[in-house]
Amino acid sequence: MCLGIPGLIVEISDADRKLAVVDVSGVRREVNVAPIIEDDAMEDLVGVWTLVHVGFAMSRIDEEEAAKTLEVLRMFGEAQEEIDAMMASEAMLAGDTPEAAE
Amino acid sequence: MKYADEFRDPVAARGLLAKIEAITDAIGATADKPLHIMEICGGHTHAIFRYGLDKLTPPGIEFIHGPGCPVCVLPMSRVDECVQIAEQPGVILCTFGDAMRVPGTRKSLMQAKADGCDIRMVYSPLDALELARRNPAREVVFFGLGFETTTPSTAFSIQQAASEGLENFTVFCNHITVPPPIKALLDDPEMRLDGFVGPGHVSMVIGVRPYDFIARDYGKPIVVAGFEPLDLLQSVLMVLEQIRDGRAEVENQYARVVPDEGNPASIAACDDVYEKRDRFEWRGLGEIDASGLKIREKYAAFDAERKFGIGYGASGRSVEEPEGCRCGDVMTGRIKPLQCPQFGAGCTPETPLGALMVSSEGACAAYYQYGGARLEAAQ
Ligand code: SF4
Repeated sequence: MCLGIPGLIVEISDADRKLAVVDVSGVRREVNVAPIIEDDAMEDLVGVWTLVHVGFAMSRIDEEEAAKTLEVLRMFGEAQEEIDAMMASEAMLAGDTPEAAE
Repeated sequence: MKYADEFRDPVAARGLLAKIEAITDAIGATADKPLHIMEICGGHTHAIFRYGLDKLTPPGIEFIHGPGCPVCVLPMSRVDECVQIAEQPGVILCTFGDAMRVPGTRKSLMQAKADGCDIRMVYSPLDALELARRNPAREVVFFGLGFETTTPSTAFSIQQAASEGLENFTVFCNHITVPPPIKALLDDPEMRLDGFVGPGHVSMVIGVRPYDFIARDYGKPIVVAGFEPLDLLQSVLMVLEQIRDGRAEVENQYARVVPDEGNPASIAACDDVYEKRDRFEWRGLGEIDASGLKIREKYAAFDAERKFGIGYGASGRSVEEPEGCRCGDVMTGRIKPLQCPQFGAGCTPETPLGALMVSSEGACAAYYQYGGARLEAAQ
């Protein structure tokens, strides 16, 4: 939760809600990019590496930093934990219909 | 030195370790009279054990594991209040997986789920928002938990819910801040701390200035550090250099990720959404002034405490820790995890008695995971 995980912004998915799609070790996930929007248009964020904490892009990092951070997280076993949490959350939402929740 | 092979750059690690050893000698610190360096962040605690840094550094340096694991410091009474909310009719309680196993006095969230509460593990508050959109007839409550690193994400989510006019989304706010417990530990006459390794990702949000008081008022060095083993070694070296030179400053070893001023957008969102609580309880440390955040009046509609009338203190305060549990002593560095009689016996990561055993960032869990294996190998 506190360490975050590096991701590459590949697409702006919802400019109004400040959402973009990041690629985290091959897994795609929509994240909120509000913390790292500067004066620039959101489109400029595509191709930027960022540190993602609980679904929010909290800072811009360079590619080398991203690679080093991923390596540390893999050593900790935490890269997989983050990715598993992302996928489990997505699966939970996919399985959630108002009826199913009753 | 055998663990140095694990480092991406063993040569650099050896160089740093040699310098650390030389300065420790120059300062005159020994195993009997060690320097106490507190790594505040649970991520750093994990890294120290993972790479055996406590064994690689000279015996004149003792790491004291700080309170920087949000799951570990969550008090039982707060877990009880969260369970109370989960038990309300129509509620879907969303939480990070880490918090599921934290013991309460009655039950953990995991047990509450087994008993029929609708509790969902989410990766992000954004997923709780999405659940609220899809289930207008249900009350979706997000268990907001963590330090400055995750505090903005909850703030942004509340702002988003407000802008959409969502009426069934609230946050049970347990966000806490790093500087107040550090001040409390520095004020504790039984603690002797010589310097700090500061949490990098907290500073990524709040910057480095909130630590000024540590250097200015208490005369202690603090170096904001990254999470790679080389970052940690370099930060320890920077702390030692300050001690040797008689300096006390806030230094930033992690400038490649941490701008001195932090993240302005996140700070603004937090200022908009939260205000300080008068005090908040930390497991093992007691109540600490101005150490927790609550949701401002302006966003009262998104505050689970108000909506369900289960506020801070609803379940009674300062619940006694379970018999034999020494979490408080471990957290203040008075004992090492192994000295707790419950360690590995009544308390393991699978069935934690104390919260320090729950998250991989907790000192006891890190010790169990890595220390235990090393101890076996040594025997
Ligand atoms: S071993 Fe368990 S009970 Fe003892 S201090 Fe650690 S977490 Fe607390």
